[in-house]
Amino acid sequence: MYAFEIERPSTIADAVKALKDEDAQALGGGQTLIPTLKARLAMPSALVSLSGIGEMQGVCIGDDGAVCVGGATNHATVAKETASSFPGLSGLAGNIGDPAVRNRGTVGGSLANNDPSACYPAAALGSGATIITNAREIAADDYFQGMFETALDEGEVITEVRFPVPEKSHYEKFVQPASRFALVGVFVAKYADGVRVAVTGASENGVFRWSEAEAALSTDFSASALDGLSVSADGMIADLHGSSEYRAHLVKVMTGRAVTAAS
Amino acid sequence: MASVTMTVNGKSVSGNVEGRTLLSDFLRNDLQLTGTHIGCDTSQCGACVVHVDGEAVKSCTMFAVEADGTDVATIEGQANADGSLNVIQQAFQDHHGLQCGFCTPGMVMSAAALLKDNPTPTEGEIREYLEGNICRCTGYHNIVKAIMAASGQDVSAVAAE
Repeated sequence: MYAFEIERPSTIADAVKALKDEDAQALGGGQTLIPTLKARLAMPSALVSLSGIGEMQGVCIGDDGAVCVGGATNHATVAKETASSFPGLSGLAGNIGDPAVRNRGTVGGSLANNDPSACYPAAALGSGATIITNAREIAADDYFQGMFETALDEGEVITEVRFPVPEKSHYEKFVQPASRFALVGVFVAKYADGVRVAVTGASENGVFRWSEAEAALSTDFSASALDGLSVSADGMIADLHGSSEYRAHLVKVMTGRAVTAAS
Repeated sequence: MASVTMTVNGKSVSGNVEGRTLLSDFLRNDLQLTGTHIGCDTSQCGACVVHVDGEAVKSCTMFAVEADGTDVATIEGQANADGSLNVIQQAFQDHHGLQCGFCTPGMVMSAAALLKDNPTPTEGEIREYLEGNICRCTGYHNIVKAIMAASGQDVSAVAAE
């Protein structure tokens, strides 16, 4: 790693101030950023650790019934705290990486990084979450803008994520066994006004909604409703773990399994 | 350089570290606690697992500065007060849950974290919990068996020697 300073602010305001420095970089749980720094793929002059900010920690239920997760809340806490209120989200958070990674990695860090194979983007997009920053509120549909690209401005911090709670939901992940990332992961959520289906791991543009499946499942919430649908391999990721055709195939299979398992 | 103070295995320790100093390096190089191993240094293998405020973390993927003010437990603090092996360590010895031993500190620390939350895990739960701990010798069977035994469960049903 190149040398850098670490600041540990205790308030959002102090973190935002520290991030105004041009070469400063926010540090969430570090489970992606620290390996990136070790590989010398990033060279910040300063890291601003968000882990000591109390107002960005924890899970609660908002007045509208949505699950509100502080941006610096780790995956293990989300898995534990949402087990009864939002089992689909709990299951997703409890299956990221491994137990030690889940004790450090954070929801805000995952969404800010927007890795095309990460799990959390599927939960946020699949539940129509609101990403709340120090400056504004961003709808998930506007937030994800391609592989590793988001609507966040330089120095903007995700302070909270609000997940509307569906009637039924499930996240089904086909695990890439070495990394535990999703080779393909599908989050299905059934709301009173329709079904949302968000796919991660598959597209070269990052997480996306499979609108044909959403329409079919909104009429008939069963795996067989997907029978007539197919997913194009155009724009799907191809690498040594799987071809684009394989990933396209998995999208439909994982969606069906998610629907069947939804609770 | 930044000054850090933390409790490690019950003792208060301090040091001056760079921003980029990893917790694993602070433990090994500054405190000479070399029981915490660095296998892959890319947060895959789990040989560096320690507990920070009671939670298992990969100490190669956390900065020492972030552990300032915390309570850290490493393999060196796991033995009983009289120096004898604790229940988990003894079970690893009894059931031959190691060969070369390199992954063992991380395995024991992960096992301790698991048993704290889940005192009688099933074989499947143990295997799942050890997802982030890699052993290249044993094939895991005897590690799983040791953890089953440490939790006071019958190990006769655990698969293959």
